[in-house]
Amino acid sequence: MYPAGFKLYRPASLEEALKLLDGFGEEAKILAGGQSLIPLMRLRLVKPSYIIYLGGIDELRTIAVDDGMVSLGALTTHREIAESRVVAEEAPLLREAASVIGDVQIRSMGTIGGSVAHADPAMDYGAVLAAMDGEVVVASVKGVRIVRFEDFILGPFTTRLEPSEMIVKIRIPRHGNWLTAYEKFAVRPGDLAVAGIAVAIRLEDGIIAEARIGVTGAGEKPFRAYNAEEALVGAEPGDAEAYKRAADEVYKECRDAPSDERASSWYRREIAKSLTVKALRRALDGA
Amino acid sequence: MATGNGGAEKTRVRVTVNGRLVEAEVPVNMLFVHFLREVADVKSVHVGCDTSHCGACTVVLNGRAVKSCTLFAFMADGGEVLTLEGLRGSDGGLHPLQEAFHEEHALQCGFCTPGIIMTLYDYFGRGGDASEEGLRRALEGNLCRCTGYVNILRAARRAAARLRIPRKGLGV
Ligand SMILES: Cc1cc2nc3c(=O)[nH]c(=O)nc-3n(C[C@H](O)[C@H](O)[C@H](O)COP(=O)(O)OP(=O)(O)OC[C@H]3O[C@@H](n4cnc5c(N)ncnc54)[C@H](O)[C@@H]3O)c2cc1C
Ligand code: FES
Ligand code: FES
Repeated sequence: MYPAGFKLYRPASLEEALKLLDGFGEEAKILAGGQSLIPLMRLRLVKPSYIIYLGGIDELRTIAVDDGMVSLGALTTHREIAESRVVAEEAPLLREAASVIGDVQIRSMGTIGGSVAHADPAMDYGAVLAAMDGEVVVASVKGVRIVRFEDFILGPFTTRLEPSEMIVKIRIPRHGNWLTAYEKFAVRPGDLAVAGIAVAIRLEDGIIAEARIGVTGAGEKPFRAYNAEEALVGAEPGDAEAYKRAADEVYKECRDAPSDERASSWYRREIAKSLTVKALRRALDGA
Repeated sequence: MATGNGGAEKTRVRVTVNGRLVEAEVPVNMLFVHFLREVADVKSVHVGCDTSHCGACTVVLNGRAVKSCTLFAFMADGGEVLTLEGLRGSDGGLHPLQEAFHEEHALQCGFCTPGIIMTLYDYFGRGGDASEEGLRRALEGNLCRCTGYVNILRAARRAAARLRIPRKGLGV
């Protein structure tokens, strides 16, 4: 179906975009890659009066490494992230998540800013940004603020973003020297995750000194599984009992896993549990 | 015209379609797929669904496969698009992908074929290999209701051989 009509704005700079947002508030919708918004508009589930298209703002298309962080402009596409050398070296978990989002056509257009703003509880970036304590850089005419990813997302499709604000950057701590894996399970290829698990492990003297586990799809929003992380500290790579303890903790922490047409709550929890073991095995294989 | 958008604001869109500049004032809510079919008269680009899943509308925009049904026409403004009509072999005849689809009988109704070929064009163009896994992953966003995919994969491998693409990746 044809989306309903709207009034179009195409700001050429961030400053111009923020002014427009300040003027329109809730009646305006930001359009980035369109891969979530346009499907909703085609079904006329969303009918914004004003559209502010960000495509012309080149300053939002950057990948940079600074003070321990990899920083991605909001308009960086999933495909650019999946194909970036810098991301592969400095933020390998992000590269893995980006490369399994939807299908290649969706990845050509969809952006990281749009994905985080849309806040689908099964977004692939969710597990990674939760695990590594990623940050969302938000701007309005009043200035810039930085919000921790897990705090930014409030629940399914809801965030802390004010109507006059937009996401300008996503930042994630560099983790090129951690052992990492992102495991996703979907019913059909190209679908959103039933569950997805990101793990990152730092070894010291052959022992797990620090563990990070992020979960997507199996909660009201993506989250960090702290108890599961703790279950791993002090264990050696290859310790199957420790992997199982962590997986059991993940199962417990997924108590809010939703039931919907893709999967029941119980099924999501079981999948999250087995993906935890799978991800740990892959991350720590041969370590 | 299946538009039903009388009264919508208009905007000027200029796109190079298969090497030809197409410029028009179109409604802001016109989808790129309709721009291609109705304004640029490129009819290989099909609409097979309402949910951005089928890939029948796939075209290569600025070097990357996209679903033209999930783009407003104005988002392609200033861009270059390649559709099935723009493919050519080195001798000016059929492209190796088109030849291979013909030879392997990789289509029945043919509705999905242009989208599948454009997806593979992007995939091979960017160094994708002819491994089973690589090809299956490349085609995740394209549905075929007729063939069961077996002949499509055969055709992709035959085209790859002709395009001198390795069976297994070089680890790039
Ligand atoms: C067939 C299909 C399969 C998919 N599969 C997956 C999958 O497996 N995993 C996955 O994670 N995702 C999946 N997606 C969603 C995809 O990742 C989207 O690209 C992404 O969610 C939205 O990014 P976008 O740039 O396209 O945003 P848009 O669609 O342009 O916008 C989405 C929302 O975010 C807002 N927005 C966009 N940019 C900003 C910004 N900078 N600041 C503030 N608000 C902003 C918009 O107003 C809108 O509300 C799929 C989508 C489709 C259609
Ligand atoms: S028409 Fe089905 S994905 Fe575009
Ligand atoms: S040949 Fe009929 S849909 Fe593919």
